[in-house]
Amino acid sequence: MKISEKIIEGLLWLSAVITILVTIGIIWVLLSESIAFFQEVSIVDFLTEKEWTPLFADKKFGIMPLVAGTLLTTFIAISVALPIGLTIAVYLNEYAHATLKQVVKPMLEVLATIPTVVYGFFALTVVTPFLQAIIPSLAGFNALSAGIVMGIMIIPMISSLSEDAISAVPRSLREAAYGMGSTRLQTAFGVMVPAASSGIVVSVILAISRAVGETMIVAIAAGQQPRLTLNPLVPIETITTYIVQVSLGDVPHGSLEYRTIFAAGITLFVFTFALNNISFWIKKKYQEKYD
Amino acid sequence: MTNSDRNRLKDKVFQVFGVFCTFIGLVVLAIFLIDIVQEGIARIDWDFLMDLPSRRASSAGILTAWVGTLWLLVLTALISFPLGVGAGIYLEEYSRKTKLSNFLEINIANLAGVPSIIYGLLGLEIFVRQMRLGGSLLAGALTLSLLILPIIIVTTREAIKAVPGSVRDGSYALGASKWQTIWNQVLPASFGGILTGIILALSRAVGEAAPLIVIGALAYVPFTPASPLDEFTVLPIQIFNWTSRPQEEFLTNAAAAIIVLLFITFLLNGIAVYLRNRQQRKIRW
Repeated sequence: MKISEKIIEGLLWLSAVITILVTIGIIWVLLSESIAFFQEVSIVDFLTEKEWTPLFADKKFGIMPLVAGTLLTTFIAISVALPIGLTIAVYLNEYAHATLKQVVKPMLEVLATIPTVVYGFFALTVVTPFLQAIIPSLAGFNALSAGIVMGIMIIPMISSLSEDAISAVPRSLREAAYGMGSTRLQTAFGVMVPAASSGIVVSVILAISRAVGETMIVAIAAGQQPRLTLNPLVPIETITTYIVQVSLGDVPHGSLEYRTIFAAGITLFVFTFALNNISFWIKKKYQEKYD
Repeated sequence: MTNSDRNRLKDKVFQVFGVFCTFIGLVVLAIFLIDIVQEGIARIDWDFLMDLPSRRASSAGILTAWVGTLWLLVLTALISFPLGVGAGIYLEEYSRKTKLSNFLEINIANLAGVPSIIYGLLGLEIFVRQMRLGGSLLAGALTLSLLILPIIIVTTREAIKAVPGSVRDGSYALGASKWQTIWNQVLPASFGGILTGIILALSRAVGEAAPLIVIGALAYVPFTPASPLDEFTVLPIQIFNWTSRPQEEFLTNAAAAIIVLLFITFLLNGIAVYLRNRQQRKIRW
């Protein structure tokens, strides 16, 4: 009896510890392949060179164009999702009837369950032609449509998490604000949003991290041309798209070209890891502020 | 206009803006779904579901894609279920507040935020190269299992946490051991919640294309897989492949395949929501 209980506990422990092995595995895989990469390409060139052409005859290994493409689409996505998502959170909390909130919130969350390859199709076949009618100079593949559609995808992430944060603010604060004669708007943005700011910041950082790592939307709609630009109207390439592009070709295992996807991968990992840890740290630090 | 009039006006204006923002998401969603259905529904027929892929758009079907998707779903569920639920039980019922358990918690939160394409790189090196599974269903299922593990662990823990301590105390009082208590009382009581989490996780896995592209799943597979070691394709990859071709007919095919994929995704999510609601109504401690 005692022994079988111990064995079961051991097995359960093992399945929990597998999660640590996954992390070690990710770091080991990314590091070992990129160390081999950086033995052939200097890390200074990697960080400072302004061109990324590893698949051409004249190879240049500057990650900056890919980082620029990633940041550009992420910036557009957040510019769409933050104002809309935050407004939805405030509206549902301070203005909307409770039943409306109950109906609308799950409906909005449907946006987050749609596979991203489907969003990519949407960006390419609906949003880009629509935008081209307004901006004739817009290229068929561009950062703008991909970014906007990615923004639509992450609206529920920001609105849901921010809404949770705002409704966690104690009632007494809201009542005090109304007692002072504030309007709903003043209560919302003068009291509730600042009081829930840590939760809102966490939602935005997580959304940024999600946008940085998003793959299929940009792979379909943003193009495959690494270029160092802030112009959203032309084709660009993100870190994730590059990894997809190489995976679809037949690059021989162990070659320098093969290793570029791990160098790109570790760059992506460092970005998202930092963002996730910042959000985790903020959450921990401000969690019990009102308890 | 007095100051308070102005504030009241601003309040009204924001209310209108709030309604606008809340519904813009839903309107975009509606436009999108209508557009997809208009473009693709006519293409869906028995032949489309039962035909092999083809270079000619008019005779291309999605048989291998949806069969591959089903295979992958089942394998992923079989692998991730015991691991995720086991880890969830351990963290909730066994682990004490130590440095290790604290680290496990931070680590799982972190894994949930790792982009799916990074899991693809992990799968490519570990499962495809080191374990020599190639671009097989098994390699894909292992990769997706690790990807959804954090979701399953978190929802399992929530479900177990919702079982009140009195149930455990009652079981212990009758002389049950720790595992007997978990197996006979805690797990049955929390099973609805655990199942909800797994279905949600699987619905996420169904839509993934990026990690599978990285491990080398192919767009063109002229046969349906017969064993876990066979090569495969899935609906999202088929859609991606058709989307990246210039011909209009392939876009129609993509739209039709999207309807099938969304049907599976929404079905899984619907089941999860149904289970969650039933669970909430049924249990009164």
